Amino acid sequence: MSILILAEQHDGELAAGTAHVVAAARAIGGDIDVLVAGEGVDAVAQAAAGLDGVSRVRVADDAVYAHQLAEPLAELLVALADDYTHVLAASSTTGKNVLPRLAALRDVAQISDILEVVSDDTFKRPIYAGNAIATVRSSDPLKVITVRTTAFDAVADGGSAAIEPISAEVSNTSSRFVGEELAQSDRPELGSAKIVISGGRGMGSGDNFKLLEGIADKLGAAIGASRAAVDAGFVPNDMQVGQTGKIVAPELYIAVGISGAIQHLAGMKDSKVIVAINKDEDAPIFQVADYGLVGDLFELLPALEQKL
Amino acid sequence: MASEIVAVTVGPKAAQEQLRTALALGADRAIHVETEARVESLAVAKLLKAVVDEEQPDLVILGKQAIDTDNNQTGQMLAALTGMPQGTFASKVDVKEGSVDVTREIDGGLQTVALTLPAVVTTDLRLNEPRYAKLPDIMKAKKKPLESKTPEALGVSVESGLELLGVETPAERKGGVKVGSVDELVEKLKTEAKVL
Repeated sequence: MSILILAEQHDGELAAGTAHVVAAARAIGGDIDVLVAGEGVDAVAQAAAGLDGVSRVRVADDAVYAHQLAEPLAELLVALADDYTHVLAASSTTGKNVLPRLAALRDVAQISDILEVVSDDTFKRPIYAGNAIATVRSSDPLKVITVRTTAFDAVADGGSAAIEPISAEVSNTSSRFVGEELAQSDRPELGSAKIVISGGRGMGSGDNFKLLEGIADKLGAAIGASRAAVDAGFVPNDMQVGQTGKIVAPELYIAVGISGAIQHLAGMKDSKVIVAINKDEDAPIFQVADYGLVGDLFELLPALEQKL
Repeated sequence: MASEIVAVTVGPKAAQEQLRTALALGADRAIHVETEARVESLAVAKLLKAVVDEEQPDLVILGKQAIDTDNNQTGQMLAALTGMPQGTFASKVDVKEGSVDVTREIDGGLQTVALTLPAVVTTDLRLNEPRYAKLPDIMKAKKKPLESKTPEALGVSVESGLELLGVETPAERKGGVKVGSVDELVEKLKTEAKVL
């Protein structure tokens, strides 16, 4: 078994998700290489080389890989895939963008969002918004897999893998980066935060999300939102927790003014402890909450902030 | 700006209902690739490639993921097979001369890419507000052309390297208790759940 992992990066740093993907790779077993592709990625490569269980970090440092566009990344992966039985990436917007393209170019299936490694060719993954778990076996010579990072505990630091540059002739004339608007926040990343507090339609407006900010600051929490709150324009899309947004599984998840549609539950029901605050005592969110508090969030949130 | 819109689906006979809805919403004609088989993403992408080869569209638009399998693969695979660039998870699409600007919903926010046409776009939730079909349009849709094809006629094998071994119900989460006050909540989070 030989496994290649596409490293996840943000702002020139290795993203937390990669350590979880390495854990999934260790469950499969075999030699684990990490591919770091981007422009000016020395720090990312160094960080990846420190992950326990990684034997080699392969670095493709070139402007063509800047911004992680799918077309050149998939072309690079196709060229490298001959050396591997498995290619893994986090089930992030980058992993989901690039890996199906690689799989099709190699004429193999892609397995999305695995939760569990049963064996080197058999995996469990959620379907129907997490209401069922499918076990699938791949007979393809190359397994191309995205990993639900919350389902695997991150490996520790402490490794010292070799770092090797790779040169591949990859050009890209069909897509071009134009720009990006990234959320600037000192709070922890939503996908890896230990505590998440999310607001729904019941928040009433984007301004009212300030009521969550004070609490988030005191708890060191990330702030999320339901699809309803994002669709209503209260907050940006990158805050959406749910089936088509981010999947989170923190120690503590606080749902405020969120009714609890199955699409939202799909994104947070694996949280260790769930608290729901809602004025409607019959809201479905209370069926999954460990602690429910019925009442007016505009009175309860300031009281909660003060109490913490 | 589009001179013609062709709606395509892959699936059993009943899938024609969705095509009729698409025709009522403004598509000019429809193509149904009829199969009773459980088609995986790669097979769907191959079938769509065969249709794209025949139809030569400038822009191919798909949803980003199916609500049953949640795979999020087909658009990317179609782009790979046709050699087109891809703009996935789109919240804004701006077609220009020979290219398209696609604003994508990514983990940290939004990213805009320019793609040369022809290109593949997969949509996210915020792209456009779907209109409702009006009754006269629903009537007209019944007369619009709907062509059926088979995977065999398109020369595509729908076999997959993936085998579904089983489906299970995940461990169900039980509801807990209602607390009476913020004080009680914080107390329980500290002493009982030990998460604060």
